Amino acid sequence: MKLKQLEGLLGDLQQFTAPKVELEQYATGPHIASRMLYTAENSFDDITGKVVADFGCGCGTLSVASSLLDAEHVVGIDIDPQSLELAQENAADLELDIDLIQCDIKNLNLRGLLVDSVVMNPPFGTSRKGADMEFISMGLKVATRAVYSLHKTSTREHIKKVALRNCNAISAEVLCELRYNLPRTYKFHKQNEVDIAVDFWRFVPRARDEGSTASSVTNLKQRRMHR
Amino acid sequence: MRLLTHNMLASNARGAVTGYPLKLQVVKWSTKEAEPNPEFLRGMLPKIDWPALVAATQALGLPELLPEAPPTDAELSAEGAAADEGSALRRLHRALLEIHIEEGALVCPDTDRCFPISRGVPNMLLHEDEVRN
Repeated sequence: MKLKQLEGLLGDLQQFTAPKVELEQYATGPHIASRMLYTAENSFDDITGKVVADFGCGCGTLSVASSLLDAEHVVGIDIDPQSLELAQENAADLELDIDLIQCDIKNLNLRGLLVDSVVMNPPFGTSRKGADMEFISMGLKVATRAVYSLHKTSTREHIKKVALRNCNAISAEVLCELRYNLPRTYKFHKQNEVDIAVDFWRFVPRARDEGSTASSVTNLKQRRMHR
Repeated sequence: MRLLTHNMLASNARGAVTGYPLKLQVVKWSTKEAEPNPEFLRGMLPKIDWPALVAATQALGLPELLPEAPPTDAELSAEGAAADEGSALRRLHRALLEIHIEEGALVCPDTDRCFPISRGVPNMLLHEDEVRN
């Protein structure tokens, strides 16, 4: 599938009608989402024929994009039931099979080595501090190939340090810097539109033994305390 | 939710040891055909927890679908396996990717905590006092 075609299909998806600020629900626009997944597939071979998990899938944009690029099995995970309903409708409209799970990412327990790649547009940790690192930590526990994610450019050094030191990444690379165009989503936004600088990351997890399970983020927390 | 997802999902409620495999209770399920991908299935087989997959098909009332022991790579690679409805490859494909659990529940094997499946989506949310510290 061509990039323009992918972007076009993602542009037709339904978006949040009443986004929840505590979950930092911001839609992943078709421009960014299509480029994320296109890069993951064409530069790294991480999507087509693979098992892909979408953390904090919201209305399912990255899940749908993975499925359109012929991921063999896609699992979207979100805490919010309204988002999951939208994701289900979006997948059904395009006749895509996407499995959905309602779960808080920090309590997710996925066994072993079944997930190849994790894709996500996680909370940036603005509303609840540390939410971004919980997503990265869990992504690196679950993925065997790679984790693709978006984070504010202003947090670049912090993210790199924590991913490598505490989250079991063997590499953490910013693939490109993007302008994330945020339309006025919440009442507290003073401007109608604001561009923020966002990094598109690729994290590679350290190889794990078979049978290892991804449990909660307790390890991360403990290591933080011991530092 | 399909059985490939069931095969990777575990409970993380307080008191769970491994929380795996989740016991499947089925009220309603459906089948949706999908194109089999032999290469994917051969790569997936060694990663699958076979007893958990067999138990799930039994919970669905399909005891004939899968054998007790996993198929060999040679069986999956047999000529014409993708086209033959009864082949080991097609059975594995059907079990993992064509069966959709619509309504039912997942039950933690360690704590008996029940996670409902509604409109195809399992709800794994925990109450605050169930979260591990």
